[in-house]
Amino acid sequence: MSALQEMSPNVRNIKQLQYVALIRRASQIKEELRQKVRKPYKEMIDVCWGDPHRAGVKPLTFVRQVLAACLYPQLVDSDTLPVDVRQRARMLLRGCAGGSVGSYTAPAGTSEIVHGISEFITRRDGGAPSYPENIYISPGSQWALQNIINVLVNSEPSSPKTGVLTPLPCYSTTISSMVGLGAVAVPYSLCEERGWELQVEELQRALESAKGVCKPVALYIVNPGNPTGYVQSRKSMQEVIRFASEKRLFLLADEVYQDCVYGDNSEFVSYKRVLAEMGPPLSDTVELASFHSASKGFMGECGLRGGYVELVNMDPAVMKYIYTLFSADSCAPVLGQFALDLLTSPPQPGDPSYPLYRQETRHIRSTLVRNVKRVFEVVNSLPGFSCQPVEGGVFAFPRMHLPPAAIHKATEMGMQPDLFYCARLLEEAGVFVIPGCEYGQKEGTYHIRFCIMVQEDIMEELLRRLTSFHTQFMKDFS
Amino acid sequence: PTAREGITRHAATNHGQRRAKAWRPVEGLNCQFSVRRSARDITNMSQQAANGLPCRGKVLNLDNMNPNVRRVEYAVRGAIVQRALQIDKELKEGVKKPFTEVIKANIGDAHAMGQKPITFLRQVLALCAYPDLLDDNKFPDDSKQRARRILEACGGHSIGAYSSSQGIECIRQDVARYIEKRDDGISSDPDNIYLATGASDAIVTMLKLLVCGKGRDRTGVMISIPQYPLYSAALADLAAVQINYYLDEDKCWSLDIAELKRAVTAARQHCNPRVICIINPGNPTGQVQSRQCIEDVIRFAKEEHLFLMADEVYQDNVYAEGCKFHSFKRVLFEMGPEYSTTVEMASFHSTSKCYMGECGFRGGYMEVINMDPEVKAQLTKLVSVRLCPPVPGQALLDLVVNPPQPDEPSYDKFMKERTAVLAALAEKAGLTEQIFNTVPGITCNPVQGAMYTFPRITLPQKAIDKAKAEGQVPDMFYCMKLLEEEGICLVPGSGFGQREGTFHFRMTILPPTEKLKFVLQKISDFHIRFTQEFS
Repeated sequence: MSALQEMSPNVRNIKQLQYVALIRRASQIKEELRQKVRKPYKEMIDVCWGDPHRAGVKPLTFVRQVLAACLYPQLVDSDTLPVDVRQRARMLLRGCAGGSVGSYTAPAGTSEIVHGISEFITRRDGGAPSYPENIYISPGSQWALQNIINVLVNSEPSSPKTGVLTPLPCYSTTISSMVGLGAVAVPYSLCEERGWELQVEELQRALESAKGVCKPVALYIVNPGNPTGYVQSRKSMQEVIRFASEKRLFLLADEVYQDCVYGDNSEFVSYKRVLAEMGPPLSDTVELASFHSASKGFMGECGLRGGYVELVNMDPAVMKYIYTLFSADSCAPVLGQFALDLLTSPPQPGDPSYPLYRQETRHIRSTLVRNVKRVFEVVNSLPGFSCQPVEGGVFAFPRMHLPPAAIHKATEMGMQPDLFYCARLLEEAGVFVIPGCEYGQKEGTYHIRFCIMVQEDIMEELLRRLTSFHTQFMKDFS
Repeated sequence: PTAREGITRHAATNHGQRRAKAWRPVEGLNCQFSVRRSARDITNMSQQAANGLPCRGKVLNLDNMNPNVRRVEYAVRGAIVQRALQIDKELKEGVKKPFTEVIKANIGDAHAMGQKPITFLRQVLALCAYPDLLDDNKFPDDSKQRARRILEACGGHSIGAYSSSQGIECIRQDVARYIEKRDDGISSDPDNIYLATGASDAIVTMLKLLVCGKGRDRTGVMISIPQYPLYSAALADLAAVQINYYLDEDKCWSLDIAELKRAVTAARQHCNPRVICIINPGNPTGQVQSRQCIEDVIRFAKEEHLFLMADEVYQDNVYAEGCKFHSFKRVLFEMGPEYSTTVEMASFHSTSKCYMGECGFRGGYMEVINMDPEVKAQLTKLVSVRLCPPVPGQALLDLVVNPPQPDEPSYDKFMKERTAVLAALAEKAGLTEQIFNTVPGITCNPVQGAMYTFPRITLPQKAIDKAKAEGQVPDMFYCMKLLEEEGICLVPGSGFGQREGTFHFRMTILPPTEKLKFVLQKISDFHIRFTQEFS
């Protein structure tokens, strides 16, 4: 049989998820609950994914009505659905070959949808122009990111490995995909004490640490952050752009949480816009890929797999190969493309669906704002628990100051202390969160990450169980 | 100029220029390929020059980009298709041509060519997308029951939630049951089923997993010539060694074990052959391998210690008298434990072909057999990097493996639609072979299955010389001329691989029958004209 050593070393080097055992146990618990096994809780609270629907947030009605009409066009001609839904479905179907969502589209996506995205970007960025031919729709933003990293990686066996500067802590899937493609992640630490701020001096240190290890070619930024919820200031972004230009780094800006910003002093501004406003020569030279997705924000349509990348200042000769790479993937799922269209061109005032759309998005937004506040209040009130202000994104990433006895117990069991904590939390309180060791954290610090884009009552229940569990845990290990 | 003004000025200058871009061929490439030189880039460069700055090289350029990616080609959407799209635009803009539309017979996209979706499938999917419709009595009960079951299995009862990376468990169970039923009871473990973003995603994932080694130990992957260029693209991207085995055109594109042996023996000189890929029914050739042939391939794979990748996405598309689809798994198990417990295999299926033709959903799966548990753990880890396959595609796959049963309300209509689609394809397959074989200079093997014809064309020496003089592969030259003169887009055989000195094209049999007749006639006339022009 093909053995482990006869396998791609890149794939082998991808770190196994630390919390794999938790996933298995969570699955078992779900089954046990279904079988009515007695537990201290009736339902599991699964907040480990950035997945609003899983956590009880309802899909947007307009989005789902349009998708249903596109799937089953008999609905377009019936009165079941509002007029603007039917109009939008008609328009989207017109852009499909044979008028069917079952046809392939052009590799980068349907022309009309791509144009709509570029117009959205221009509007969002105060008029900075966006060109449709620089936009590629993909099955989720990570897919596009992987294609771009694939182009950046130098795969020659004799060459030094390609490095990508990545934040610490960082969303683990991105690191895995870089490693899988033969690149090396070069971590730069975000500063927890200052609300997880990105500091350019730290970028410099990271770059230097790469000497002799790999050749850094790109800088990956997540803004708003995951797991940290930090939203970068314009000033910070300008510093990053200058740094990227100076050090000749390709800038990868993961901006999928751009619709989730609620901090009092925070505002999302895109890297593209900041770059454009800095003017030439930077605006004409810094090479940038920005990523967005229909998975996050108020739509939360993770399962539809719709994301895009916009490429700025790319070498036109290289663009041709980007096209070929995307074309070998055929195209992004058509429903995912439609979701992007609905994201970038939502109902407008005056449209029949607008009032409901506004009500639903406002509700989700106010829930999120309220949840953030509650998490901050509750977590910071618990001894041995602290939380930086969450300004954006959909996660809380509080820090636990675990007692030595707990750390000792965890080490005995061969587990990371925060993984140990999460395993106990899952078992005893039925709350499924991810330990900070999954994302990387400063040595000796421990965190948990959980999704805060959840239904209000679920958030309250989560906080209640967390408080009760944590209090007991700290007592048990005092 | 201020910062703001700089970018804005570019926009203003370029807005009018954006629409009228010139396509120009890039010299020095084997195929005609145009690079879009945007007015914006020229403005950028002149702006830099105006600012007195040197034109610094790009951070990401041809010299430092991944050299593997530079070798990737995908003919199905390559140069000829881009020219076809441009002609489309010209027609829309009112440019006069000898034809009124471009017929895209290059890509295996049934709906694009007018094939209708299956009603039941779309009803269930609409219910899944907008569950309020479950109260609408326009939808039959069995469609609602399927929808409820799928939604029950989704996080938060929404197709918008992520699923597990391997795919929704109850759907994998349904796939396993479908395979068991198809293969006369041979058991299938849901844990060996991986749902994917189309079969292509699963194929690339397996190759990513298996390709390793350096220099002479680099993994070699056997693939048929002609082949579906996803394979050559993936192998180039992974810098695997492509080991070509030639299908026998004179014997209806059948596979000859002696040829496999020749290929693998020669390959052992410079690489480590570890994988054999076979597409059955074939693409582009349409051949349906006999059971004996499949047994021989399995035996060969065992003898040579090769991992077998069986691409079976066209398994329902079998038309020819006397031809039958035999799944590799079934044959493997019927060969007894000596083979069924040892030969490592992955078989692939998809929602894009067969009678569904739902390419846009990107639904598919693979079943892995006899995989080392540690390697399988790595596979499971690898697919998690993709997060999860599109949930609508998973739902669609569930319906394909779980279609209406005879006692259910939607059964009659479903069977009627399914039968009609497959019958139409069978008719068109026969028609295509018949008509092409009447043309001197075109030889067409029977289209036994799949969705394509891959006829051999005889090109006059003068045409071959002219093509070479213009830096074009002869069958690309032929196809480009056909496109310009008749508005029919095919893919030249060079995009799939063919024996040296032979030329082919791949055409889909998907256009509606009347249009297909028209296309066949036009190509026939063109071929005769072309032969005369270059005689």
